[in-house]
Amino acid sequence: MTTPVAHSATNPRRPSGRARTFWTRLKTGDEVAFLITLACAASVLLVTGLLVFELYQNSALPRHKFGWSFLTTDVWDPVAEEFGALPFIYGTLVTSALALVIGIPLGVGAAIFLAELAPARISAGLTFLIELLAAVPSVIYGLLGIFILVPALRSAEPTLRAVLGWMPIFQGPFYGVSLLSAGVVLSVMILPFIISISREVILAVPNDQREAALALGATRWETTWDIVLPYAKNGITGSIFLALARALGETMAVTMVIGNDPKIVGSLFAPGYTIAAVIANEFTEATGDMYSGALIELGLVLFGLTIIINAVARILVSGGRLKGAP
Amino acid sequence: MTAAAPLRSANTTRRKVVNVVMLTLTGLCTLVAAGTLVFILGYLFIHGGSSLTLDFFTKLPTPVGEAGGGMANAILGSAKLLLIAMLVGVPLGFMGGVYLSEFGGSAFSFFVRYTTDLLNGVPSIVIGIFAYTVIVLPQKHFSTLAGGLALGVMMIPIAIRSSEEFLRAVPISLREGSMALGASKARSILTVVIPAAKHGILTGIMLNLARVAGETAPLLFTSFGNRYWSPGWDQPTAALPVMIFNYAISPYEDWHRQAWSAGFVLLALVLTVNIVARIIISKRTSPR
Amino acid sequence: MTTQTILGVALATVIGTGLASAQLINGAGATFPYPIYSKWFDSYHKQFPNLQFNYQSIGSGGGVKQITEGTVDFGASDNPMSDKLLAAYKAKRQNSVLHFPSVLGAVVIAYNLPNVPQQLNLSGELLAAIFLGRVWKWNDPEMVKMNPGVKLPDATIVVIHRSDGSGTTFILSDYLSKVSKEWEAKVGRASSVKWPTGLGGKGSEGVTGQVKQIPNSLGYTELIFAVQTRTPFAKMRNASGALIQADLKSVTEAAASSEGLPDDFRASITNAPGKGAYPISSFTWLLIPDRIQDPAKRNAVKSFLKWMLTDGQDMTEALNFSRLPKAVIAKELRLIEKIQ
Repeated sequence: MTTPVAHSATNPRRPSGRARTFWTRLKTGDEVAFLITLACAASVLLVTGLLVFELYQNSALPRHKFGWSFLTTDVWDPVAEEFGALPFIYGTLVTSALALVIGIPLGVGAAIFLAELAPARISAGLTFLIELLAAVPSVIYGLLGIFILVPALRSAEPTLRAVLGWMPIFQGPFYGVSLLSAGVVLSVMILPFIISISREVILAVPNDQREAALALGATRWETTWDIVLPYAKNGITGSIFLALARALGETMAVTMVIGNDPKIVGSLFAPGYTIAAVIANEFTEATGDMYSGALIELGLVLFGLTIIINAVARILVSGGRLKGAP
Repeated sequence: MTAAAPLRSANTTRRKVVNVVMLTLTGLCTLVAAGTLVFILGYLFIHGGSSLTLDFFTKLPTPVGEAGGGMANAILGSAKLLLIAMLVGVPLGFMGGVYLSEFGGSAFSFFVRYTTDLLNGVPSIVIGIFAYTVIVLPQKHFSTLAGGLALGVMMIPIAIRSSEEFLRAVPISLREGSMALGASKARSILTVVIPAAKHGILTGIMLNLARVAGETAPLLFTSFGNRYWSPGWDQPTAALPVMIFNYAISPYEDWHRQAWSAGFVLLALVLTVNIVARIIISKRTSPR
Repeated sequence: MTTQTILGVALATVIGTGLASAQLINGAGATFPYPIYSKWFDSYHKQFPNLQFNYQSIGSGGGVKQITEGTVDFGASDNPMSDKLLAAYKAKRQNSVLHFPSVLGAVVIAYNLPNVPQQLNLSGELLAAIFLGRVWKWNDPEMVKMNPGVKLPDATIVVIHRSDGSGTTFILSDYLSKVSKEWEAKVGRASSVKWPTGLGGKGSEGVTGQVKQIPNSLGYTELIFAVQTRTPFAKMRNASGALIQADLKSVTEAAASSEGLPDDFRASITNAPGKGAYPISSFTWLLIPDRIQDPAKRNAVKSFLKWMLTDGQDMTEALNFSRLPKAVIAKELRLIEKIQ
């Protein structure tokens, strides 16, 4: 007689359930898979933690010397080692704000057209094209900015002055490289984000909302403006914040067209400087720990700004997709 | 009653006019957005494509002020940087995505997702500072490795998110079927789930690479720059986007032309990868 | 896809390690002498194909910083390191850094006036006034007085300065401090100053690039960049009162008529007294550590320096840089022995 071999489902050599010990699980690879993937997921935490630590640590010198006044001083004097972030915060916020002022109407308008009016195939095709704008590298926007946009704005200066010159933000000398040019380039760069997300959010608005409005006699526009947009407003606002976060961190395109002048002048025609641009220009040559520490502290400020804006954006977008009701 | 009728029709006309005007405006907005892309593509094609010569791909840069030369070292440099970035970013990101999709659900996963979004939002120039303080300074030299690692760090968050997304999209029935046949969880993931999601994951990697291929800021203080070929992995290297930047802000016409050519090559590569990736995805997700 | 990746890795490694036989020496710094350095390193590489001197022009400030951090093998600066910076270097690197003058060059005032065919004249005081923002129109009476018969436009002068830490800025601000008490008090001399007015360009290349792009602009850059890009630049009135064009002769005379160089070669020759001296001339220095661990690198650097001081000097004039005075060359050749 042969040695009895258990053929039943519960083979004693392969215990199941709670009887599976750690070693068995290890042998079948479950534990290994779990540990390896866990380690990789944890690597994100490690890298981010290290990043924050390095930024904080290496900016210790200026943080101790200037404290919070770093954010409100507008002096940037590497010789006297007096550093203040205000001109760069100003430039960053102004260019991003201008980008939004141009980008929001264009972006939301295009999103409305693509979601509400265009036939599905054309909408998909055009959206595909517009989303490709997001794939264009920043340095190429800068290249186009230097050789096309800035000269174009310079030739358009008389017209701009004639139309907008009554406002103080469009006064003063204009050289082409300016806050205005940077803002325009940024607006093109954030356009695909606003359009893509807003279009998705608008498409997600339930059709019965539209039909109800139309049934009550509203025109297409009134339906969109008074019913659909408010329903989608969280998502659209979220997309705007996402675009803003993107604009704040843009480096190359901005530094190529902004004029690189750390002064606060109340006009869009004036040259300016952003946090990202000054780090890119001065980091490799910041002699002395105070100087390089100040630039790293600027990086910390930018990091903080983008975290806050991204967090707000995420709350709004996920909220907008879930609820949507005004 | 009759007195109200003319008012109503005047109001209706106004509303109709507003309707047409606003809807036309939205059409114009779309035209501007789509037109900008067409303009960018067209201009780079005409300006950059026309000055593209074979020298660009095969020659090294010439001394300053002398015309001619090319960006062969920058092209290879960018390729080497992307290779390192891929070797770092893809495994970590992909495995992390597997964790979040297959083993996730705990508070830890939430924390990981939150940090991933955080890391994704970090401006690339700050990543450059990070790579400089953590790799370049201790090593005491600029290197391809430092640049590649900086780009790799930028790839991780997107790799995690896109891998997780595509893995999650695999129907749970596939997983359950595999387990019912006696396969362990690890085996199910390896032989059933991942292959089912492989198209999405591969396109995710392609899009990710295309994105970091154009990054300039983190390379400024890591891979630095090199007028020659960069031997091995621990010396500074030229990179395509950095060359574009340096040449564009210079006063030399010849360098400007080369910057346009480089811009065209870079954009063509990035857009081709994007278009191919999207076509693959749309084919996979179209109803069968 | 996996096979392709493996092949790709193999290919890259092969290429990568295959080229490892070349000795790469990395340097960074001044944009002022970039054209001649780039020519020198290219020629030297043609003579000795296994030696590659990779020079990145990131500005004198960058050269000083990176050599202090030890991330490059040599630096370059038009602003000799101050005692404070030398001390900081010693504290960080434990050895000292030596200054080797390489060439003589000139800082010229380039401008963009499309409708003015004649060459402009400027004086030190006038230049200081422009950079201070006091003279801000091209047809300001002082400008007109300096340039009789020239039809200057009624437009704002767009001042372009360096946005990065620059030895060229040091040379200019050093000169302006010598000729204008107001400048010395308000701004002073340094690689990075608080500019009262103007836009920033990155590197001498960037400044020249901006001047060429922006009409009615004025900026300072090295002579060769203006010549290579055919950008007009002004004649300067020197300490003797003569209007001098920046060229080989006037720069050489500036060095000759200045007092002798100290032993560590750190000196300024701006506003030189010579009759035909160009007032904004300067030496530019290579910053070499006096201790180089790697013997291959050490020998490469020493032999390059010897070549630079002999054969290399024959190539400078084609690029409008003046040769070093013979006495200086002799002293430097002796200094090379100090590199251990």
